[in-house]
Amino acid sequence: MSAQESVGPLRQKPQSIRKLRASIAERSQRAIDIAEGYYARIERFNPQINAYLALTRDQAMEQAAAIDAQAAKGDPLPLLAGIPIGVKDVLAMRGVPTTAGSRILEKYRPPYDATAVTRLRNAGAVLLGKLNCDEFAMGSSNENSAYGPVRNPVDLDRVPGGSSGGSAASVAADLAVATLGTDTGGSIRQPASFCGVVGVLPTYGRVSRYGLIAFASSLDRVGPFAASVQDAAEVLHVLAGHDSLDATSATQPVGDYVAAASQDVKGMRIGIPEEYFGEGLDPEVRAAVEAGIDALRAQGCEIRHIRLKHTQYAIPVYYLVATAEASANLARFDGVRFGYRSTSATNLSSMYKLSREEGFGAEVKRRILLGTYALSAGYYDAYYRKAQQVRRILAEEFCQAFGEVDAIVTPTAPTAAFRIGEKSDDPMAMYLADIYTVTASLAGICGLSVPCGTTTAGLPVGLQVLGPHFGESAIFRVAAAVERTAKSE
Amino acid sequence: MSAEVTIAEVERVAELANLELAAEEAVRMQRDLNAILGYVDQLRQIDTSQVEPMAQVGELFVANQADGRGESLRADVLRPSLQRADVMDSAPETDGAFFKTPKVIER
Repeated sequence: MSAQESVGPLRQKPQSIRKLRASIAERSQRAIDIAEGYYARIERFNPQINAYLALTRDQAMEQAAAIDAQAAKGDPLPLLAGIPIGVKDVLAMRGVPTTAGSRILEKYRPPYDATAVTRLRNAGAVLLGKLNCDEFAMGSSNENSAYGPVRNPVDLDRVPGGSSGGSAASVAADLAVATLGTDTGGSIRQPASFCGVVGVLPTYGRVSRYGLIAFASSLDRVGPFAASVQDAAEVLHVLAGHDSLDATSATQPVGDYVAAASQDVKGMRIGIPEEYFGEGLDPEVRAAVEAGIDALRAQGCEIRHIRLKHTQYAIPVYYLVATAEASANLARFDGVRFGYRSTSATNLSSMYKLSREEGFGAEVKRRILLGTYALSAGYYDAYYRKAQQVRRILAEEFCQAFGEVDAIVTPTAPTAAFRIGEKSDDPMAMYLADIYTVTASLAGICGLSVPCGTTTAGLPVGLQVLGPHFGESAIFRVAAAVERTAKSE
Repeated sequence: MSAEVTIAEVERVAELANLELAAEEAVRMQRDLNAILGYVDQLRQIDTSQVEPMAQVGELFVANQADGRGESLRADVLRPSLQRADVMDSAPETDGAFFKTPKVIER
Protein backbone atom coordinates (compact mmCIF):
# COMPACT_ATOMS: atom_id res chain seq x y z
CA MET A 1 0.00 0.00 0.00
CA SER A 2 1.35 3.45 -0.84
CA ALA A 3 1.52 6.15 1.78
CA GLN A 4 -0.93 8.38 -0.06
CA GLU A 5 -3.77 5.87 -0.02
CA SER A 6 -3.52 5.36 3.69
CA VAL A 7 -3.24 8.95 4.88
CA GLY A 8 -6.98 9.56 4.91
CA PRO A 9 -8.24 7.02 7.45
CA LEU A 10 -4.92 6.81 9.31
CA ARG A 11 -4.62 10.47 10.22
CA GLN A 12 -7.40 11.39 12.59
CA LYS A 13 -7.58 13.85 15.45
CA PRO A 14 -8.91 12.42 18.71
CA GLN A 15 -11.80 14.13 20.50
CA SER A 16 -10.51 16.42 23.23
CA ILE A 17 -10.15 15.12 26.77
CA ARG A 18 -12.48 17.84 28.01
CA LYS A 19 -15.25 16.82 25.58
CA LEU A 20 -14.83 13.10 26.21
CA ARG A 21 -14.93 13.61 29.98
CA ALA A 22 -18.06 15.77 29.73
CA SER A 23 -19.84 13.33 27.43
CA ILE A 24 -19.09 10.41 29.78
CA ALA A 25 -20.25 12.41 32.80
CA GLU A 26 -23.52 13.44 31.18
CA ARG A 27 -23.93 9.91 29.79
CA SER A 28 -24.13 10.83 26.13
CA GLN A 29 -21.22 8.40 25.53
CA ARG A 30 -20.18 5.36 27.55
CA ALA A 31 -16.54 4.80 28.45
CA ILE A 32 -16.82 1.17 27.37
CA ASP A 33 -18.01 2.17 23.90
CA ILE A 34 -15.18 4.68 23.57
CA ALA A 35 -12.67 1.99 24.56
CA GLU A 36 -14.22 -0.54 22.16
CA GLY A 37 -13.98 2.07 19.40
CA TYR A 38 -10.28 2.48 20.09
CA TYR A 39 -9.63 -1.25 20.06
CA ALA A 40 -11.47 -1.47 16.73
CA ARG A 41 -9.24 1.25 15.24
CA ILE A 42 -6.14 -0.41 16.69
CA GLU A 43 -7.14 -3.74 15.17
CA ARG A 44 -7.66 -2.08 11.80
CA PHE A 45 -4.62 0.19 11.61
CA ASN A 46 -1.97 -1.17 13.94
CA PRO A 47 -0.79 -3.80 11.44
CA GLN A 48 0.35 -0.90 9.20
CA ILE A 49 1.82 1.32 11.92
CA ASN A 50 3.15 -1.25 14.43
CA ALA A 51 2.64 1.14 17.35
CA TYR A 52 1.19 -1.29 19.89
CA LEU A 53 3.24 -4.24 21.15
CA ALA A 54 0.65 -5.50 23.66
CA LEU A 55 -2.99 -4.75 24.38
CA THR A 56 -4.47 -4.72 27.88
CA ARG A 57 -8.09 -5.10 26.86
CA ASP A 58 -9.42 -6.88 29.97
CA GLN A 59 -8.02 -4.30 32.37
CA ALA A 60 -9.11 -1.48 30.10
CA MET A 61 -12.72 -2.66 29.78
CA GLU A 62 -12.91 -3.25 33.52
CA GLN A 63 -11.74 0.31 34.20
CA ALA A 64 -14.14 1.72 31.58
CA ALA A 65 -17.07 -0.15 33.12
CA ALA A 66 -16.14 1.19 36.56
CA ILE A 67 -16.12 4.74 35.18
CA ASP A 68 -19.54 4.21 33.56
CA ALA A 69 -20.88 2.92 36.89
CA GLN A 70 -19.56 6.03 38.63
CA ALA A 71 -21.16 8.23 35.97
CA ALA A 72 -24.48 6.39 36.33
CA LYS A 73 -24.50 7.12 40.06
CA GLY A 74 -23.82 10.76 39.32
CA ASP A 75 -20.54 10.67 41.26
CA PRO A 76 -17.94 13.27 40.34
CA LEU A 77 -15.49 11.75 37.84
CA PRO A 78 -11.70 11.90 38.17
CA LEU A 79 -9.67 14.05 35.76
CA LEU A 80 -8.99 11.43 33.08
CA ALA A 81 -12.14 9.35 33.58
CA GLY A 82 -12.63 7.05 30.61
CA ILE A 83 -9.82 8.60 28.56
CA PRO A 84 -8.05 5.95 26.43
CA ILE A 85 -4.29 6.23 26.96
CA GLY A 86 -1.35 4.16 25.71
CA VAL A 87 1.92 3.61 27.59
CA LYS A 88 5.44 3.43 26.15
CA ASP A 89 6.89 -0.02 26.70
CA VAL A 90 9.72 1.19 28.94
CA LEU A 91 7.25 1.86 31.79
CA ALA A 92 6.35 -1.00 34.10
CA MET A 93 2.75 -2.21 34.20
CA ARG A 94 2.00 -4.95 36.68
CA GLY A 95 1.53 -8.34 35.03
CA VAL A 96 1.71 -6.90 31.51
CA PRO A 97 4.57 -7.53 29.04
CA THR A 98 7.13 -4.72 29.40
CA THR A 99 9.86 -5.28 26.85
CA ALA A 100 11.59 -1.87 26.44
CA GLY A 101 11.67 -2.83 22.76
CA SER A 102 14.32 -5.46 23.57
CA ARG A 103 14.60 -9.21 23.11
CA ILE A 104 16.25 -9.41 26.50
CA LEU A 105 12.92 -8.51 28.16
CA GLU A 106 10.67 -10.39 25.73
CA LYS A 107 8.92 -12.41 28.42
CA TYR A 108 9.24 -9.96 31.30
CA ARG A 109 6.10 -9.04 33.25
CA PRO A 110 6.88 -6.59 36.05
CA PRO A 111 5.46 -7.26 39.51
CA TYR A 112 4.57 -3.57 40.00
CA ASP A 113 3.29 -0.41 38.28
CA ALA A 114 5.39 2.63 37.43
CA THR A 115 4.25 5.71 39.38
CA ALA A 116 3.18 7.44 36.15
CA VAL A 117 0.98 4.43 35.37
CA THR A 118 -0.48 4.41 38.90
CA ARG A 119 -1.31 8.11 38.61
CA LEU A 120 -3.12 7.56 35.30
CA ARG A 121 -5.07 4.61 36.73
CA ASN A 122 -6.05 6.62 39.81
CA ALA A 123 -7.23 9.46 37.55
CA GLY A 124 -9.62 7.05 35.80
CA ALA A 125 -7.67 6.64 32.56
CA VAL A 126 -8.40 3.57 30.44
CA LEU A 127 -4.96 2.10 29.65
CA LEU A 128 -5.14 0.49 26.20
CA GLY A 129 -1.75 -1.19 25.96
CA LYS A 130 2.01 -0.91 25.55
CA LEU A 131 3.68 1.09 22.79
CA ASN A 132 6.65 0.24 20.60
CA CYS A 133 9.90 2.19 20.96
CA ASP A 134 13.60 1.99 20.19
CA GLU A 135 15.33 -0.66 22.29
CA PHE A 136 15.84 0.75 25.80
CA ALA A 137 14.76 4.11 24.35
CA MET A 138 18.04 4.35 22.41
CA GLY A 139 17.34 5.80 19.00
CA SER A 140 15.84 8.64 17.01
CA SER A 141 13.80 6.74 14.44
CA ASN A 142 12.19 3.75 16.17
CA GLU A 143 14.17 1.49 13.84
CA ASN A 144 16.08 0.00 16.80
CA SER A 145 13.08 -1.88 18.21
CA ALA A 146 13.51 -5.66 18.35
CA TYR A 147 9.83 -5.83 17.36
CA GLY A 148 10.12 -3.95 14.07
CA PRO A 149 9.99 -0.27 13.19
CA VAL A 150 6.96 1.95 13.82
CA ARG A 151 5.72 3.71 10.68
CA ASN A 152 4.73 7.36 10.55
CA PRO A 153 0.94 7.65 10.00
CA VAL A 154 1.52 10.77 7.88
CA ASP A 155 3.66 8.77 5.42
CA LEU A 156 4.19 5.07 6.01
CA ASP A 157 7.58 5.10 4.27
CA ARG A 158 8.92 7.49 6.89
CA VAL A 159 10.03 7.06 10.47
CA PRO A 160 7.84 8.41 13.29
CA GLY A 161 10.95 9.61 15.12
CA GLY A 162 12.23 8.04 18.30
CA SER A 163 12.62 6.71 20.69
CA SER A 164 8.92 7.17 21.64
CA GLY A 165 7.80 6.45 18.05
CA GLY A 166 4.81 4.30 19.00
CA SER A 167 3.60 6.92 21.49
CA ALA A 168 3.69 9.71 18.88
CA ALA A 169 2.30 7.65 15.99
CA SER A 170 -0.64 6.33 18.00
CA VAL A 171 -1.81 9.85 18.90
CA ALA A 172 -1.35 10.99 15.28
CA ALA A 173 -3.49 8.09 14.05
CA ASP A 174 -6.03 8.36 16.89
CA LEU A 175 -5.13 4.95 18.26
CA ALA A 176 -5.09 6.67 21.68
CA VAL A 177 -6.29 10.04 22.94
CA ALA A 178 -2.98 10.57 24.73
CA THR A 179 0.10 8.49 25.49
CA LEU A 180 3.07 8.33 27.81
CA GLY A 181 6.53 8.66 26.38
CA THR A 182 10.00 9.12 27.79
CA ASP A 183 12.67 11.59 26.75
CA THR A 184 16.40 11.26 27.48
CA GLY A 185 17.81 13.34 24.61
CA GLY A 186 14.71 14.25 22.61
CA SER A 187 12.69 11.04 22.56
CA ILE A 188 9.36 12.80 23.22
CA ARG A 189 9.87 16.08 21.39
CA GLN A 190 11.42 14.79 18.15
CA PRO A 191 8.76 12.12 17.43
CA ALA A 192 6.04 14.65 18.35
CA SER A 193 7.54 16.92 15.69
CA PHE A 194 7.74 14.14 13.08
CA CYS A 195 4.16 12.96 13.65
CA GLY A 196 2.48 16.36 14.07
CA VAL A 197 1.38 16.04 17.70
CA VAL A 198 2.23 17.75 20.99
CA GLY A 199 4.92 16.17 23.18
CA VAL A 200 6.09 17.48 26.55
CA LEU A 201 9.43 17.10 28.32
CA PRO A 202 8.70 18.04 31.95
CA THR A 203 11.42 19.52 34.16
CA TYR A 204 13.77 16.87 35.58
CA GLY A 205 12.16 15.71 38.83
CA ARG A 206 8.65 16.92 37.92
CA VAL A 207 7.32 13.45 37.02
CA SER A 208 8.47 10.37 38.94
CA ARG A 209 10.83 7.94 37.20
CA TYR A 210 9.84 5.06 39.48
CA GLY A 211 9.09 2.06 37.27
CA LEU A 212 10.79 3.55 34.22
CA ILE A 213 13.38 1.11 32.87
CA ALA A 214 16.48 3.26 33.24
CA PHE A 215 18.57 4.37 30.25
CA ALA A 216 20.45 7.41 31.64
CA SER A 217 19.13 8.23 35.08
CA SER A 218 20.27 11.86 35.26
CA LEU A 219 18.52 12.60 31.94
CA ASP A 220 15.48 10.27 31.74
CA ARG A 221 12.05 11.90 31.98
CA VAL A 222 8.47 10.74 31.60
CA GLY A 223 6.00 12.98 29.77
CA PRO A 224 2.78 13.06 27.75
CA PHE A 225 1.89 13.09 24.06
CA ALA A 226 -1.49 14.50 23.02
CA ALA A 227 -3.25 15.97 20.01
CA SER A 228 -3.51 19.45 21.54
CA VAL A 229 -1.66 21.64 24.02
CA GLN A 230 -4.66 21.62 26.33
CA ASP A 231 -4.84 17.81 26.38
CA ALA A 232 -1.11 17.56 27.05
CA ALA A 233 -1.56 19.97 29.97
CA GLU A 234 -4.44 17.86 31.33
CA VAL A 235 -2.29 14.72 31.33
CA LEU A 236 0.83 16.40 32.76
CA HIS A 237 -1.30 17.80 35.58
CA VAL A 238 -2.12 14.21 36.58
CA LEU A 239 1.47 12.94 36.18
CA ALA A 240 3.28 15.75 37.99
CA GLY A 241 4.08 15.77 41.69
CA HIS A 242 6.39 14.43 44.33
CA ASP A 243 6.96 10.70 44.73
CA SER A 244 8.95 9.29 47.63
CA LEU A 245 9.86 6.26 45.47
CA ASP A 246 12.12 8.44 43.27
CA ALA A 247 14.95 10.14 45.17
CA THR A 248 15.25 12.81 42.46
CA SER A 249 11.53 13.64 42.49
CA ALA A 250 10.94 17.34 43.13
CA THR A 251 8.83 18.82 45.91
CA GLN A 252 8.02 22.06 44.07
CA PRO A 253 4.27 22.78 43.83
CA VAL A 254 2.53 21.76 40.59
CA GLY A 255 1.19 24.66 38.51
CA ASP A 256 -2.22 24.99 36.87
CA TYR A 257 -1.09 23.88 33.43
CA VAL A 258 -4.59 23.65 31.99
CA ALA A 259 -5.35 27.28 32.87
CA ALA A 260 -1.95 28.30 31.44
CA ALA A 261 -2.87 26.68 28.12
CA SER A 262 -5.69 29.17 27.66
CA GLN A 263 -3.88 32.28 28.91
CA ASP A 264 -2.73 34.88 26.37
CA VAL A 265 0.96 35.59 25.75
CA LYS A 266 0.90 39.38 25.67
CA GLY A 267 4.14 40.80 27.07
CA MET A 268 5.97 37.48 27.28
CA ARG A 269 9.66 37.71 26.39
CA ILE A 270 10.66 35.02 23.88
CA GLY A 271 14.32 34.24 23.22
CA ILE A 272 15.43 33.10 19.75
CA PRO A 273 18.92 31.54 19.96
CA GLU A 274 20.96 32.09 16.82
CA GLU A 275 22.76 28.74 17.26
CA TYR A 276 19.55 26.79 16.53
CA PHE A 277 19.04 28.35 13.11
CA GLY A 278 22.42 27.68 11.51
CA GLU A 279 23.87 25.16 9.10
CA GLY A 280 21.97 21.88 8.79
CA LEU A 281 18.53 23.37 9.35
CA ASP A 282 16.17 22.45 6.52
CA PRO A 283 14.85 25.65 4.86
CA GLU A 284 11.24 24.49 4.96
CA VAL A 285 11.52 23.70 8.66
CA ARG A 286 13.07 27.11 9.23
CA ALA A 287 10.21 28.82 7.38
CA ALA A 288 7.53 27.03 9.42
CA VAL A 289 9.26 27.84 12.71
CA GLU A 290 9.73 31.47 11.70
CA ALA A 291 6.01 31.66 10.89
CA GLY A 292 5.37 30.43 14.44
CA ILE A 293 7.66 33.13 15.82
CA ASP A 294 5.81 35.76 13.74
CA ALA A 295 2.55 34.51 15.22
CA LEU A 296 3.93 34.98 18.74
CA ARG A 297 5.02 38.52 17.86
CA ALA A 298 1.56 39.23 16.43
CA GLN A 299 0.00 38.06 19.71
CA GLY A 300 2.05 40.52 21.73
CA CYS A 301 5.26 38.66 22.59
CA GLU A 302 8.52 40.52 22.70
CA ILE A 303 10.96 38.62 20.48
CA ARG A 304 14.60 38.82 21.61
CA HIS A 305 17.60 37.43 19.80
CA ILE A 306 19.87 35.61 22.23
CA ARG A 307 23.05 33.56 22.15
CA LEU A 308 23.57 30.07 23.62
CA LYS A 309 27.20 29.83 22.64
CA HIS A 310 27.97 26.32 23.83
CA THR A 311 25.13 24.64 21.94
CA GLN A 312 27.48 22.84 19.53
CA TYR A 313 29.01 20.91 22.43
CA ALA A 314 25.71 19.42 23.57
CA ILE A 315 25.77 16.35 21.31
CA PRO A 316 29.27 15.27 22.40
CA VAL A 317 28.42 15.86 26.06
CA TYR A 318 25.15 14.00 25.69
CA TYR A 319 26.65 10.94 24.02
CA LEU A 320 29.27 10.63 26.75
CA VAL A 321 26.99 11.22 29.76
CA ALA A 322 24.08 9.16 28.41
CA THR A 323 26.19 6.19 27.35
CA ALA A 324 28.22 6.19 30.57
CA GLU A 325 25.02 6.05 32.62
CA ALA A 326 23.53 3.47 30.25
CA SER A 327 26.52 1.17 30.57
CA ALA A 328 26.00 1.14 34.35
CA ASN A 329 22.20 0.84 34.20
CA LEU A 330 22.18 -1.98 31.68
CA ALA A 331 24.61 -4.05 33.74
CA ARG A 332 21.52 -5.38 35.55
CA PHE A 333 20.55 -7.41 32.48
CA ASP A 334 22.65 -10.46 33.25
CA GLY A 335 20.22 -13.34 32.94
CA VAL A 336 19.98 -13.91 36.69
CA ARG A 337 16.93 -12.20 38.18
CA PHE A 338 14.73 -11.43 35.17
CA GLY A 339 14.84 -11.30 31.40
CA TYR A 340 16.50 -13.55 28.86
CA ARG A 341 19.07 -16.18 29.80
CA SER A 342 21.09 -17.88 27.08
CA THR A 343 20.65 -21.64 27.04
CA SER A 344 24.10 -22.30 25.58
CA ALA A 345 26.12 -21.08 28.59
CA THR A 346 28.32 -23.52 30.50
CA ASN A 347 29.41 -21.34 33.42
CA LEU A 348 28.42 -18.08 35.12
CA SER A 349 30.73 -15.86 33.10
CA SER A 350 29.60 -17.25 29.75
CA MET A 351 25.98 -17.00 30.89
CA TYR A 352 26.40 -13.25 31.45
CA LYS A 353 28.12 -12.70 28.13
CA LEU A 354 25.93 -14.89 25.95
CA SER A 355 22.68 -13.65 27.50
CA ARG A 356 23.70 -10.05 26.82
CA GLU A 357 25.17 -10.79 23.40
CA GLU A 358 22.01 -12.60 22.26
CA GLY A 359 19.57 -10.31 24.06
CA PHE A 360 20.80 -6.81 23.11
CA GLY A 361 20.61 -5.18 19.67
CA ALA A 362 23.50 -3.42 17.89
CA GLU A 363 22.76 0.16 19.02
CA VAL A 364 22.44 -0.88 22.66
CA LYS A 365 25.79 -2.70 22.49
CA ARG A 366 27.38 0.29 20.77
CA ARG A 367 26.26 2.60 23.57
CA ILE A 368 27.28 0.20 26.33
CA LEU A 369 30.73 -0.06 24.76
CA LEU A 370 31.10 3.70 24.34
CA GLY A 371 29.93 4.31 27.91
CA THR A 372 32.20 1.63 29.32
CA TYR A 373 35.11 3.11 27.37
CA ALA A 374 34.36 6.65 28.64
CA LEU A 375 34.27 5.37 32.23
CA SER A 376 37.30 3.09 32.01
CA ALA A 377 40.61 3.73 33.75
CA GLY A 378 42.74 6.18 31.82
CA TYR A 379 39.81 7.75 29.93
CA TYR A 380 37.51 8.81 32.77
CA ASP A 381 38.94 12.33 33.16
CA ALA A 382 39.29 12.96 29.43
CA TYR A 383 35.75 11.88 28.58
CA TYR A 384 33.25 11.42 31.38
CA ARG A 385 34.52 14.08 33.78
CA LYS A 386 35.05 16.51 30.92
CA ALA A 387 31.48 15.92 29.72
CA GLN A 388 30.10 16.57 33.21
CA GLN A 389 32.01 19.85 33.38
CA VAL A 390 30.72 21.03 30.02
CA ARG A 391 27.25 19.91 31.08
CA ARG A 392 27.40 22.43 33.90
CA ILE A 393 28.43 25.18 31.47
CA LEU A 394 25.48 24.33 29.21
CA ALA A 395 23.01 24.28 32.11
CA GLU A 396 24.25 27.56 33.52
CA GLU A 397 24.02 29.17 30.10
CA PHE A 398 20.30 28.33 30.05
CA CYS A 399 19.80 29.60 33.62
CA GLN A 400 21.37 32.90 32.57
CA ALA A 401 19.21 33.12 29.44
CA PHE A 402 16.08 32.62 31.53
CA GLY A 403 17.05 35.67 33.52
CA GLU A 404 16.27 37.69 30.39
CA VAL A 405 13.49 35.75 28.65
CA ASP A 406 10.41 33.79 29.78
CA ALA A 407 10.74 31.08 27.13
CA ILE A 408 13.01 30.10 24.25
CA VAL A 409 11.73 29.07 20.82
CA THR A 410 13.66 26.87 18.36
CA PRO A 411 12.99 24.18 15.76
CA THR A 412 12.44 20.79 17.44
CA ALA A 413 14.49 18.92 14.83
CA PRO A 414 16.62 20.05 11.89
CA THR A 415 14.43 18.20 9.36
CA ALA A 416 10.96 16.73 9.00
CA ALA A 417 10.54 12.93 9.23
CA PHE A 418 13.17 11.09 7.20
CA ARG A 419 12.72 7.84 5.29
CA ILE A 420 12.95 4.45 6.93
CA GLY A 421 16.49 3.15 6.35
CA GLU A 422 17.88 6.57 5.45
CA LYS A 423 20.17 6.92 8.48
CA SER A 424 20.14 3.48 10.02
CA ASP A 425 23.72 2.62 8.95
CA ASP A 426 25.34 5.80 10.21
CA PRO A 427 25.15 6.30 13.98
CA MET A 428 26.68 9.80 13.83
CA ALA A 429 24.09 11.05 11.30
CA MET A 430 21.34 9.60 13.49
CA TYR A 431 22.74 11.26 16.63
CA LEU A 432 22.70 14.66 14.90
CA ALA A 433 18.90 14.38 14.55
CA ASP A 434 18.86 15.24 18.28
CA ILE A 435 20.94 18.40 17.93
CA TYR A 436 18.22 20.82 19.11
CA THR A 437 16.76 18.60 21.82
CA VAL A 438 19.74 17.26 23.81
CA THR A 439 20.50 20.70 25.29
CA ALA A 440 17.32 20.84 27.40
CA SER A 441 17.89 17.24 28.45
CA LEU A 442 21.34 18.08 29.80
CA ALA A 443 20.17 21.29 31.51
CA GLY A 444 17.16 19.63 33.16
CA ILE A 445 14.82 22.38 31.95
CA CYS A 446 11.32 21.79 30.56
CA GLY A 447 10.35 21.86 26.90
CA LEU A 448 7.77 20.74 24.41
CA SER A 449 7.17 20.37 20.71
CA VAL A 450 4.03 21.82 19.13
CA PRO A 451 3.09 21.54 15.43
CA CYS A 452 3.70 24.85 13.61
CA GLY A 453 3.13 23.93 9.97
CA THR A 454 4.04 21.43 7.26
CA THR A 455 6.57 21.10 4.48
CA THR A 456 5.44 21.21 0.84
CA ALA A 457 5.43 17.39 0.94
CA GLY A 458 2.87 17.61 3.74
CA LEU A 459 5.19 16.49 6.52
CA PRO A 460 4.59 18.05 9.95
CA VAL A 461 7.08 20.50 11.46
CA GLY A 462 7.42 20.96 15.20
CA LEU A 463 8.36 24.13 17.05
CA GLN A 464 10.21 23.61 20.32
CA VAL A 465 9.40 25.80 23.32
CA LEU A 466 11.91 25.65 26.18
CA GLY A 467 11.22 26.99 29.67
CA PRO A 468 13.17 27.34 32.91
CA HIS A 469 13.17 24.65 35.62
CA PHE A 470 9.53 24.20 36.70
CA GLY A 471 8.41 26.72 34.06
CA GLU A 472 5.84 24.36 32.52
CA SER A 473 3.05 26.95 32.72
CA ALA A 474 5.06 29.36 30.59
CA ILE A 475 5.73 26.82 27.83
CA PHE A 476 2.07 25.77 27.73
CA ARG A 477 1.07 29.43 27.27
CA VAL A 478 3.50 29.90 24.40
CA ALA A 479 2.62 26.57 22.75
CA ALA A 480 -1.11 27.33 22.87
CA ALA A 481 -0.46 30.64 21.09
CA VAL A 482 1.50 28.85 18.33
CA GLU A 483 -1.23 26.22 18.07
CA ARG A 484 -4.00 28.85 17.70
CA THR A 485 -2.26 30.34 14.66
CA ALA A 486 -1.23 27.02 13.11
CA LYS A 487 -4.86 25.85 13.35
CA SER A 488 -6.42 28.96 11.85
CA GLU A 489 -4.20 28.80 8.77
CA MET B 1 42.44 11.68 23.57
CA SER B 2 42.03 11.45 19.83
CA ALA B 3 44.11 8.28 19.44
CA GLU B 4 42.38 5.60 17.40
CA VAL B 5 40.65 2.83 19.30
CA THR B 6 42.20 -0.51 18.34
CA ILE B 7 40.44 -3.85 17.98
CA ALA B 8 42.26 -4.99 21.11
CA GLU B 9 40.75 -2.06 23.01
CA VAL B 10 37.27 -2.82 21.68
CA GLU B 11 37.72 -6.35 22.94
CA ARG B 12 39.00 -5.17 26.31
CA VAL B 13 36.00 -2.86 26.74
CA ALA B 14 33.62 -5.61 25.63
CA GLU B 15 35.16 -7.82 28.32
CA LEU B 16 34.59 -5.10 30.93
CA ALA B 17 30.98 -4.76 29.79
CA ASN B 18 30.37 -8.53 29.74
CA LEU B 19 29.64 -8.50 26.03
CA GLU B 20 30.93 -11.14 23.67
CA LEU B 21 31.28 -9.62 20.22
CA ALA B 22 31.50 -11.67 17.05
CA ALA B 23 34.60 -10.84 14.96
CA GLU B 24 32.69 -8.81 12.35
CA GLU B 25 30.79 -7.04 15.13
CA ALA B 26 34.05 -5.94 16.75
CA VAL B 27 35.24 -4.41 13.45
CA ARG B 28 32.01 -2.46 13.05
CA MET B 29 32.10 -1.29 16.68
CA GLN B 30 35.69 -0.14 16.23
CA ARG B 31 34.66 1.95 13.21
CA ASP B 32 31.63 3.46 14.99
CA LEU B 33 33.48 4.18 18.23
CA ASN B 34 36.21 5.97 16.33
CA ALA B 35 33.67 8.08 14.44
CA ILE B 36 31.87 9.04 17.67
CA LEU B 37 35.04 9.67 19.67
CA GLY B 38 36.41 11.79 16.82
CA TYR B 39 33.30 13.96 17.04
CA VAL B 40 33.47 14.12 20.82
CA ASP B 41 37.04 15.39 20.62
CA GLN B 42 35.82 18.96 20.08
CA LEU B 43 35.16 19.18 23.84
CA ARG B 44 38.91 19.72 24.23
CA GLN B 45 38.40 23.24 22.85
CA ILE B 46 36.68 24.29 26.07
CA ASP B 47 38.68 25.30 29.12
CA THR B 48 37.04 23.54 32.06
CA SER B 49 39.88 23.91 34.56
CA GLN B 50 37.66 26.03 36.85
CA VAL B 51 34.41 24.08 36.36
CA GLU B 52 33.04 21.54 38.82
CA PRO B 53 31.56 18.44 37.17
CA MET B 54 27.75 18.29 37.36
CA ALA B 55 26.27 14.85 37.97
CA GLN B 56 22.67 15.86 38.64
CA VAL B 57 20.70 18.89 37.45
CA GLY B 58 19.01 18.96 40.83
CA GLU B 59 22.21 20.59 42.09
CA LEU B 60 21.06 23.74 40.32
CA PHE B 61 17.69 24.21 41.94
CA VAL B 62 17.00 22.13 45.00
CA ALA B 63 18.81 24.07 47.69
CA ASN B 64 15.60 23.51 49.68
CA GLN B 65 16.09 19.77 49.66
CA ALA B 66 17.93 18.09 52.46
CA ASP B 67 21.28 17.13 50.98
CA GLY B 68 21.70 19.93 48.41
CA ARG B 69 22.73 17.41 45.75
CA GLY B 70 19.38 17.17 44.06
CA GLU B 71 18.15 14.16 45.93
CA SER B 72 15.70 13.78 48.77
CA LEU B 73 15.90 10.73 50.94
CA ARG B 74 12.86 9.20 52.57
CA ALA B 75 12.69 8.32 56.25
CA ASP B 76 14.31 4.98 57.07
CA VAL B 77 11.21 3.10 58.19
CA LEU B 78 10.01 -0.43 57.50
CA ARG B 79 7.44 -0.74 54.74
CA PRO B 80 6.05 -3.67 52.80
CA SER B 81 8.10 -4.50 49.69
CA LEU B 82 7.37 -6.71 46.68
CA GLN B 83 6.32 -10.29 47.43
CA ARG B 84 9.11 -12.81 46.92
CA ALA B 85 6.86 -15.07 44.83
CA ASP B 86 5.98 -12.20 42.46
CA VAL B 87 9.65 -11.38 41.98
CA MET B 88 10.71 -15.00 41.53
CA ASP B 89 8.07 -15.39 38.82
CA SER B 90 10.34 -13.34 36.54
CA ALA B 91 13.52 -15.32 37.23
CA PRO B 92 14.92 -17.54 34.45
CA GLU B 93 15.72 -20.24 37.04
CA THR B 94 14.76 -20.37 40.71
CA ASP B 95 13.98 -22.82 43.49
CA GLY B 96 11.43 -20.37 44.91
CA ALA B 97 13.78 -18.90 47.50
CA PHE B 98 16.97 -18.26 45.51
CA PHE B 99 18.01 -17.37 41.98
CA LYS B 100 19.83 -20.30 40.39
CA THR B 101 22.81 -19.84 38.10
CA PRO B 102 25.33 -22.08 36.40
CA LYS B 103 28.37 -23.02 38.44
CA VAL B 104 30.36 -20.03 39.73
CA ILE B 105 33.55 -21.80 40.77
CA GLU B 106 35.07 -24.55 38.69
CA ARG B 107 36.75 -27.29 40.67
